[in-house]
Amino acid sequence: MPTSDYDPACLPDLLPLYYRRLFPFSQYYRWLSYGGVSKNYFQNREFSFTLKDDIYVRYQSFTTQNELEKEMQKMVPYKVDIGAVYSHRPSQHNAVKSGAFQALEKELVFDIDMTDYDDVRRCCSAADICSKCWTLMIIAIRILDRALREDFGFHHLLWVYSGRRGVHCWVCDDAARKLSVAARSAVAEYLSLVKGGEETLRKVVLSDPIHPFINHSLSVVERYFQQYAIVDQDILGSKESVDKVLTTHIKKDLTIYYQDEKNPMKRWDRLCSSIKKGGQYFDKEIMLQYCYPRLDVNVSKGVNHLLKSPFSVHPKTGRISVPIDLKELNTFDPFEVPTISLICEELERPTADEAEEDDVKDKENEQEAGERRRIRDYKRTSLAKYVKVFDRFLEAMARSWKGEMLKKSGELETSFSVFLTFMSFTYT
Amino acid sequence: MQDSKKKRKKLIGNFQNDLYDQCLQFYGQPPLENISLTEFETFAVERLKLLKTVENVGVSCGKSSEQYTKKLDAEISSLNFPHRGGISEYEKRRKDHISHFILRLAYCQTEDLRRWFIQQEMDLFRYRFNCLHSKHKTDFLHKNNLKYETVSAEEKKNLKDKLIASSYGLSGTKVEEHDVYKVPFQDALDLVRTRKVYLLAGNAYIPHHEIVTIVLNDFRTRLSKALAMTARSLPAVQSDERLQPLLSHLSHAYVGQDYSIQKNIGKISLEQIDALSGKSFPLCMRHLHKALRENHHLRHGGRMQYGLFLKGIGLTLEQALQFWRSEFVKGKVDADKFDKAYAYSVRHMFGKEGKRTDYTPYSCMKVILSNPPSQGDYHGCPFRHSDPELLKQKLQNYKVSPSGINQILELVKGMHYQLACQKYFELTHNVEDAGFSLNHPNQYFTESQKLLNGGRDIKKEVDMSQRSQENPASVTHPSQANSKQAHEEMGDLDSFFQDE
Repeated sequence: MPTSDYDPACLPDLLPLYYRRLFPFSQYYRWLSYGGVSKNYFQNREFSFTLKDDIYVRYQSFTTQNELEKEMQKMVPYKVDIGAVYSHRPSQHNAVKSGAFQALEKELVFDIDMTDYDDVRRCCSAADICSKCWTLMIIAIRILDRALREDFGFHHLLWVYSGRRGVHCWVCDDAARKLSVAARSAVAEYLSLVKGGEETLRKVVLSDPIHPFINHSLSVVERYFQQYAIVDQDILGSKESVDKVLTTHIKKDLTIYYQDEKNPMKRWDRLCSSIKKGGQYFDKEIMLQYCYPRLDVNVSKGVNHLLKSPFSVHPKTGRISVPIDLKELNTFDPFEVPTISLICEELERPTADEAEEDDVKDKENEQEAGERRRIRDYKRTSLAKYVKVFDRFLEAMARSWKGEMLKKSGELETSFSVFLTFMSFTYT
Repeated sequence: MQDSKKKRKKLIGNFQNDLYDQCLQFYGQPPLENISLTEFETFAVERLKLLKTVENVGVSCGKSSEQYTKKLDAEISSLNFPHRGGISEYEKRRKDHISHFILRLAYCQTEDLRRWFIQQEMDLFRYRFNCLHSKHKTDFLHKNNLKYETVSAEEKKNLKDKLIASSYGLSGTKVEEHDVYKVPFQDALDLVRTRKVYLLAGNAYIPHHEIVTIVLNDFRTRLSKALAMTARSLPAVQSDERLQPLLSHLSHAYVGQDYSIQKNIGKISLEQIDALSGKSFPLCMRHLHKALRENHHLRHGGRMQYGLFLKGIGLTLEQALQFWRSEFVKGKVDADKFDKAYAYSVRHMFGKEGKRTDYTPYSCMKVILSNPPSQGDYHGCPFRHSDPELLKQKLQNYKVSPSGINQILELVKGMHYQLACQKYFELTHNVEDAGFSLNHPNQYFTESQKLLNGGRDIKKEVDMSQRSQENPASVTHPSQANSKQAHEEMGDLDSFFQDE
């Protein structure tokens, strides 16, 4: 599928169209209201916009879905970020006594950025990605998704493609949103295995006993390692790369063997079999150093940290930050993700049937008509399947909100019936 | 045993007998008796001395090392605090109880004081809890109504291998014989953070011998809440003229130099920075400066650590903006982008944006313990965060003698990062003894300038055994010089705080 050539200069024309007819506002609002279980949850949420010419505005908040739509259509943000749910409406934070305005809740989030792997990928660097290094994102998603669900017991995870060189994870469970800074940082550190900056050569150190989490993660990495690292990245091919691998764990006898043996797969096998002593995990450490997800703990730690919103547009690539369907993860191709130019173009393509429907539905009120039109609109574009992923995610959460509401009304019912019983006893 | 118990009952009464029948307590109930002002003062000062020792010993030795145990044992005994359950412990336990509550009054007032107090009380509690026999630990849990859910025998069997693989020092027999507790992971953050516990479906499975971590968490939460409440009722206490001077002395004795007030503002010119980086910057800042010059860029962590340090040595906001802009512009950032994206953060550092906090330069403790560098970062402490081989090369490039390098590497191996930096100071300045205890990069700079300019052209600093920052630093080895300064500045009270 071709993606219409995207030109950042067209953003000022494309964005208004996107926000008027394609952005899935009703699902978005439904998500951030979380079933209305907590009062004012949506109203107290902070959004930040990056407008044309890099003008950045914080503490945006909205009282209704309609207001959100109108404002976004008016301001036409180039980037939209989502922040925390505060104690008061963010747009009125200046009116609140200093110290009283606090960030209360926010989803637990993770940001995996391909640039953090620059020291271990040879195909690309910085903002570039390709199908070879994309495997790193697949590995990251599989490892983290499993751990967040099985170890931490979270259920409602939304994985989103950032639009250029990474992925984000939004953990939306009630318990996750209520986590403290210390808890978020503990979760992020539990999930971190690759430690150290420029100056650290050996970034993964394993010792006995090996925690079950590490074993789970290794089994994911092992599935991809040979194809990804030995073949695609060719880490045991060139001398320079071999040296880098081996300096992490200096093995002189390997260097000698490598002088004669040029086949990378054989070199790898030799490395693995050279580990004789127990308690040494060089092969595993190398695999993890080259493949294990690298998180930025600072992104996950802060309750008030702002993160790019799903369905936001990436100004440099034009790609929409779309939800990723984990069931189709192996076939997800970041280069097939629709750009704003593509979906706007798809929108303009005429379809016969709809002209008639329009006449009939003119009698509805404006907002309903607008929504119905919008739903028809994005369904005509490549955005449709991604909104479906979002819908499924919302449905699963909605079931849990129902449970919460029942619990709350159940409490009311019980206390009411106790009251009635008491009254009846009093009057006998 | 029976006789002394009877005796106690006669003298004090049942209520207090119950209160002090355990060596360790949660400090849930405040003391109800009357005490003399002398006792009030003595108790407070002695506990403060104890907590100070807890802090110092904790940094210079590992918290579970033999040295730590020996030193703390000695200090607790010499200060007459309850220890390992002896027979005539009643007086000591009473002192423990009362002194804790007095210090709450002194340390509840600011975020930093609270943090410091909680940290030391927790370390002390952990130490004393670990000294208890297993049975006494269980007794303690029961007495304090800490009911943690235990895992059924069947579940234990199913999870045995996973439990053994997740917890240090756990064997198959231990799993079978002792209880394993199941708590929500939010209640076991220290174990989760270091991955020293098995997690399943949001629960942490804690073996009996690790239960101290959970208890500590509980302790911290309770103490934190209590301090907040104490702060609210403090005005009433402070209006008592007898107490007010003592309480303020107690909390001020441990607020050290934080370099938030810039001395020598504007005395440094930008042209001097390159030269100064070689002569007077600690290794971390020298490293950051070099990376900035080479890459014409630094990431957020590096900008914060280095930017605040520069503020601390006396750069004005205008100078800082010029400095960063001129460097970034040589790289991929044009002047416009700099003004939009980075200038804000420089002004923020100087307290001119946002909530207008005037951020203080990072202490060594903060640099060592928080925000470790990752790929593409140059901040952190080189002695802590660099690979020893690379550190060695760097020191060689800086012309440090081989024997000096070895000494430094030994200290790094022993995790004495600040001492290693101090050694670096001594070697690069050609002195036998630095003459100060390093715990702040700006202190390094000030001391270096003092030495190179042959005299005291910088105002005398106050006692530096404490930082008023997120992670209060501590003295890695007490030095005579500091004690003397503290004595001069603080008056009589300080005679209690002499180190050795």
